[in-house]
Amino acid sequence: MKLPAFDYHAPRSLDHALELLREHGDEARVLAGGQSLLPMMAMRLARPSVLVDFGQISSLDGITVTDDTVSLGAMLRERQAEESDVVRRRLPLLADALPLIGHDAIRNRGTIGGSIAHADPAAEIPTVALALDASIVVVSADRGERAIAAADFFQGFLTTSIEDDEAVLRIEVPAASPQTGTSFCEMARRHGDFAIVGAAVAVDVHDGRISSARIALMGVDGLPLRRTDAEHILAGSAPTAACLEAAAEAASRDLNPPSDMHGSSPYRKHMATVLVRRGLDEALRRAQEEPA
Amino acid sequence: MSDRVTVQVAVNGVPLSVEVEARTTLVDFLRDDLELTGTHVGCEQGVCGACTVLVDGVAARSCLMLAVQASEADVTTTEGLANDSRMAVVYDALTESHAFQCGFCTPGFLAQIATLVEASSRPDEAAVRAALSGNLCRCTGYESIIDGVLLALQQTTENES
Repeated sequence: MKLPAFDYHAPRSLDHALELLREHGDEARVLAGGQSLLPMMAMRLARPSVLVDFGQISSLDGITVTDDTVSLGAMLRERQAEESDVVRRRLPLLADALPLIGHDAIRNRGTIGGSIAHADPAAEIPTVALALDASIVVVSADRGERAIAAADFFQGFLTTSIEDDEAVLRIEVPAASPQTGTSFCEMARRHGDFAIVGAAVAVDVHDGRISSARIALMGVDGLPLRRTDAEHILAGSAPTAACLEAAAEAASRDLNPPSDMHGSSPYRKHMATVLVRRGLDEALRRAQEEPA
Repeated sequence: MSDRVTVQVAVNGVPLSVEVEARTTLVDFLRDDLELTGTHVGCEQGVCGACTVLVDGVAARSCLMLAVQASEADVTTTEGLANDSRMAVVYDALTESHAFQCGFCTPGFLAQIATLVEASSRPDEAAVRAALSGNLCRCTGYESIIDGVLLALQQTTENES
């Protein structure tokens, strides 16, 4: 359908934008890239009476590195992140995931902050943020900035802990170490389709043993999930086939994925095991071959 | 503020200032307000690619943009590409390879193909297929489109050397 009517604002400053969000509260939504919000509005799944377009605010799309943290501005286009040397070298898991998001034209407009705030359970960026223990920095006119750990950020289906008067400002992501290997595996029927199930995997390897592992799944619930049972099996272990199999099996244990026309619940659960195993194999291979 | 906005945008090189409802998408603005009906509405969800145009030289789904979001940008539609001399080799190659039947998907493909032809490095077949994976065609089965694009890229390379 065509979009419903709304009042439109395109503030030129962040302060003005935050004042508008404070004024309009839950009647307003932030417009970032629009690649998720506009289709939702067209399908009447979202019905804000006010849109605050962040597209005219400068300096919200930077990539900066401080010590071992990479900071990504909320309005950074997915395409810019995809082409960034810093992202490729310091956030390899994100670099793996970005080309899987939709298509060229979608990534040219879609933003990192928008994807995080939208929190689709089958979306790549929220899953990467969860896997890497990112910090989502939000801001409001009344309370200033606050940082929300990814583990606390995703609350449920398309639901985050952002307050009505808040907007995502940036994502702070711990950079990969030289010992880190990553892999992002997803199952989609066609290139660029929404993923049915996906796995984000990062492992750190020291002296032939896995010192730590991070595994997050998408498409298996109403929100992305960290698989800490699987991570505990891997931590401190030698990466034997038995160990990896046990971890992959643990990653899908206790899952109750949805069934829809793209995949049944048992299928998704099975694919979670398969993708985690593939992800571990590839992440380990890259951890061991990548130069420091 | 109200639900009407003034869109100040350059379309195919022509600067314009038009007042529309804020909820007007870029594709409806192009088709209805500017009568540039070359750009098509397919799924209206960003999936099919029929609405693809160039905004500041990069491909964008005009069904997933508000017209007002294109303010201060340069928008190029299929009508504009027809006047772009760099596209002449593309049109010839696609004609030779029978790359279109009903033509509904074609303007969206042309916008995406324009970005391939103008890219600084020559994409190989895998890169062409990946780049065009966001454009759906119900008629051709895609092979003739891929063949045409590869032919155009080959001829562009020959013209340059």
